[in-house]
Amino acid sequence: MMSDISIVCQQAKRAWIIARKDIRIYYSKGPVVIFGILFPVFLFLSFAVGRNLSFEFLIPGLLGMVLFFTATSISPAVAPWEAQARTLERLMSSPLKSYTIILGDIIASFVYGVLISIIPVLAGLGLDIKIYHPGVLVLGIILAGFCFSSLGSIFSAAPSSMPSTIMMISAMVKFPVVFISGIFIPLTQLPEWGKIISYISPLSYFTDIARHCFQGQGYFSFKIDLVVLSVFSVLFMVLAVKLHQRTMPKRI
Amino acid sequence: MNHMKSDSSIAIRVSDLTKKYCKLTAVDHISFEVRKGEIFGFLGPNGAGKTTTVRILTGVSEADEGEAFVMGHETGTLKAKQVTGVVPETANAYTDLSGWKNMNLMGEIYGVPRNVIKDRSEKLLRKVNLYSRKDEPARTYSKGMKQRLILAMALISDPEILFLDEPTVGLDVQSSRMIRNFFQELNSDGKTIFLTTHQMDEANQLCGRIAIINKGVIVKIDAPEKIKTVIRGMHSVEVKFGRLANHHFLNSISEVKSVKKIGDRYRLYTENPGKTVVSLAKYVSVRNIEIEFLNVLSPSLEDAFVALIGGEK
Repeated sequence: MMSDISIVCQQAKRAWIIARKDIRIYYSKGPVVIFGILFPVFLFLSFAVGRNLSFEFLIPGLLGMVLFFTATSISPAVAPWEAQARTLERLMSSPLKSYTIILGDIIASFVYGVLISIIPVLAGLGLDIKIYHPGVLVLGIILAGFCFSSLGSIFSAAPSSMPSTIMMISAMVKFPVVFISGIFIPLTQLPEWGKIISYISPLSYFTDIARHCFQGQGYFSFKIDLVVLSVFSVLFMVLAVKLHQRTMPKRI
Repeated sequence: MNHMKSDSSIAIRVSDLTKKYCKLTAVDHISFEVRKGEIFGFLGPNGAGKTTTVRILTGVSEADEGEAFVMGHETGTLKAKQVTGVVPETANAYTDLSGWKNMNLMGEIYGVPRNVIKDRSEKLLRKVNLYSRKDEPARTYSKGMKQRLILAMALISDPEILFLDEPTVGLDVQSSRMIRNFFQELNSDGKTIFLTTHQMDEANQLCGRIAIINKGVIVKIDAPEKIKTVIRGMHSVEVKFGRLANHHFLNSISEVKSVKKIGDRYRLYTENPGKTVVSLAKYVSVRNIEIEFLNVLSPSLEDAFVALIGGEK
């Protein structure tokens, strides 16, 4: 008889197999990688060009944008794609828990987001910007990567097999979040109502970590940023699993 | 459940299984057993509840009522899924991956050791004639090749039970025949096979027992030969005349229950084929009509199926 712990270990291993499959099929395509880098960069440039802003201010915002957009870019579409191709049915009839399938999708999105987010970090280093707290930055990227990937998975929980529908839902949430998270305008310069809204955005806390690390100062303390990001990560992951467990059979 | 666990000869036990979609009852309190090592056919018209039943048995869907066990394990559990292989109606391999990588992926998901995956993948892909194209993406495969690939994928874990949902639909004769022969080989190796199909010949040829499901209810479970006895006595005489026959006369032969024109032939349904043939002979000799073809047919599984599900559409 397998104990609960050995089942969890077995399923964790299989979640990694699902993640590897997702990376191979959905993320390792040239256009996907290029889009993942170019889209947030161009969006960010449309804001930054022509304004006299320091690289120390721009890089944390760019890092937040890149991690947020890449970690939530493909994961919303994976479930509808798999439902359309009937491969979801194959996974559901395999010895996998439903949370294993969802966790696999989240891990793939996390790996993609974290790897792409290395580019703005390297860009910052290339511009001679000092990283004040490298350990915290790594921890922040990991936490935020999981948090945003789980959020992306929540978008795809709607029981639609049409990727376009899911992407529309995703865009409707993602774009407003970017504008209230201290990327373009620091939290200190937001009006009171803006600050209150920004508190419910996980991106605000990651951008704040990035500002601490590249600018040497932030709005919240590190502790608050990391704790809130952890809470959001767990909350989104649990929510993603619960929602998918409810909607997955409806996709078949 | 305890009874199930103690009965080692039963591979699948379904008890009072029910599945509803809003107001539609797709599967309505069905119960049956499949013995180990049996090829069990599951026949029914479109929308009868075949695929819903397979989905519950393979853990894809949950039943609303009743219970089902596979090799003593409740369906939907990891243990039940671990001992089953599934070949769905729609080939659902990952088309961006090669045949070889699809095999590897399924092997890893089922926890098969790497060296076993390699050996078994090679053996199975050779068996289904795909080894020479193992490194090509599955999207380049024909429909028959994809279907053979998912059959190989279903066997990578060496399952005790194989669920096959319309496995030969839309395939050419060679692929269908190859797959059927493979099923028989697998069965002779001791594997239990649960086969849903529309194709009566396939069911007749392969299955030891058949369940016929209609509108979510099982109307008959038995061996094909016994199912045919449902319409015992209803033979048919198929005849082709040298020139057009009088349809009215064919209907007037007392032994004939009904007449159906199939292409250039007539099929006369009768309980007494001998007397029908004699009547036909008299008719043609008087009118100097030539009989080009005549055949007396026993009741087929298809006839029995149609009779059991309540006639033709």
